[in-house]
Amino acid sequence: MRWGLEDVDVRRGRNVALAGVTVPADPSRITVVIGGDGAGKSTCLEALTGLLEPAAGAVYRPAKERIGYVPATAGLYADLTVQENLGFSADAYRLSGRERSRKAAEILDRTGLSGARRRLGGQLSGGMQRKLAVGLALLHSPELLVLDEPTTGVDPVSRVELWRLIGQAAAAGTAVVVTTTYVNEAARAATVILLEAGKVLASGTPDDILSGVPGAVGRAAGAGRPTPLSWRRGRSWRVWAPAGRLPDGVQPVQPDFDDAVVIAALAGEGG
Amino acid sequence: MAALAEARGASRRFGAFTAVSGADLAVTRGEVVGLLGANGAGKTTLVRLLLGLLRPSDGAVLLFGAAPSVSSRRRVGYVPQTLGLYAGLTVAENWAFTATAFGNSGAPVAAGIAAWRNELAGSLPLGVQRQVAFAVALSHHPELLILDEPTSGVGPLRGARLWDDIRQSADQGAGVLVTTHNMEEAEQCDRLVVMAGGRVVARGTAAEIIGDRTVAQVRCDDTTRAFALLDAGHLPVQAHGTTLRVGAPAAAVSGLLARGGVDATIEVVPANLEEAFVAMVAGQEAA
Repeated sequence: MRWGLEDVDVRRGRNVALAGVTVPADPSRITVVIGGDGAGKSTCLEALTGLLEPAAGAVYRPAKERIGYVPATAGLYADLTVQENLGFSADAYRLSGRERSRKAAEILDRTGLSGARRRLGGQLSGGMQRKLAVGLALLHSPELLVLDEPTTGVDPVSRVELWRLIGQAAAAGTAVVVTTTYVNEAARAATVILLEAGKVLASGTPDDILSGVPGAVGRAAGAGRPTPLSWRRGRSWRVWAPAGRLPDGVQPVQPDFDDAVVIAALAGEGG
Repeated sequence: MAALAEARGASRRFGAFTAVSGADLAVTRGEVVGLLGANGAGKTTLVRLLLGLLRPSDGAVLLFGAAPSVSSRRRVGYVPQTLGLYAGLTVAENWAFTATAFGNSGAPVAAGIAAWRNELAGSLPLGVQRQVAFAVALSHHPELLILDEPTSGVGPLRGARLWDDIRQSADQGAGVLVTTHNMEEAEQCDRLVVMAGGRVVARGTAAEIIGDRTVAQVRCDDTTRAFALLDAGHLPVQAHGTTLRVGAPAAAVSGLLARGGVDATIEVVPANLEEAFVAMVAGQEAA
């Protein structure tokens, strides 16, 4: 791996926030870290960007000014206009002259915010704010782009536009690390890391994770839970048999990515 | 079967702005209906109409077969996205507060959340808070449940367990209306009602809503270059693992790639729900 975390431990007081976590980040590739509230996603990004020092393990990152980072709750100034936000970031990154105006125009075009350049950041819709924040982080063409839940709470149209921005950054050679709570966003990644309670449950390409599902998966109808290792998919049940033997009446199915994620979590919980 | 909640050609205007226009929606016992729409599509206004918190400007709204009222709202359980818990009260106190409000004082805390009874609601992880809010909303045995993005942000296993709870309520006869813009949640519902710009623009199962929409799936050695070419050609391209998906005709995709000297395999594959939804909403805005 070019950039990323290697076998990193992070402690917060007595608590272990991350234990042996590896998150690779390579040029032109998108790494997605997926997990729920409290899984340790933000901590990974703070370790990656140098905001906190791990207790163990290695962190590979470019010089600070070659990183673009958007935390989950900020990334722009609400009291500045879109244009002023761009100007502020350009100053911070010491862009000047032709490069400065060229990049600002490019970001306005890519984010679809050209018509909103005089609006205050705080007055933009949630989706527009996220697009602006990602745009600001891309202003200096970083080698490593780090985005903490850029699409949480954002509506589907803005979400697709954000992923287009992220895809463009990767296509331009940037290494991208994105966190999300949405399982279906993992399918967009070249590399997926499933994180739960500070530990990696599974990692690899989406195909690796799918083909790594141990045992057998089946589908059952009816109201009663077929086995303890069962969960709902719409009206029917999904049943996981770690040893490969499904109970009678359970029809085998090819697991999809949603199944693989739940199974990894169940396996992690079982220890 | 009579609907638990029903909108018939319901519209709601605020001054010159029409938030909901001629919407039809019904939720019956035992089913989970997804109300899917982008921000500002009219989902919240429609829910407020169903609850009787707003009156329709046109059309009719029925809750348990009659105009919504305070007494019929007692038969509804509602969990907003903000959960409606008191962060500074314990789980048991939150439970007792809601039970008392619904005339159920003294009801024992549900077994599923009893382990956290003495914890402050605000100190619990989001997934547990969602589980608590759901149990509290069920404390008065509502016949209709209205849930706003019930599993957002909680991680795969906790999300699966929340769906177990939601399905169990439906199996026991409740009707469930889930408002969401999250495709994973939408895919868990029995059927969907899709709103855009205040109107219902599609309804049916996820498969019916996707219909025969397709995207072009691109496989090649240099997806980075292929992405850049398709993006520069203004085609709606999205990276998907080691492939690209493009909401455009295969001929347009192959033409651009061939002119750029990229050798690629292009396959026309069924769209997913998100792609269908985005195409539908974009079409609505263009119309």
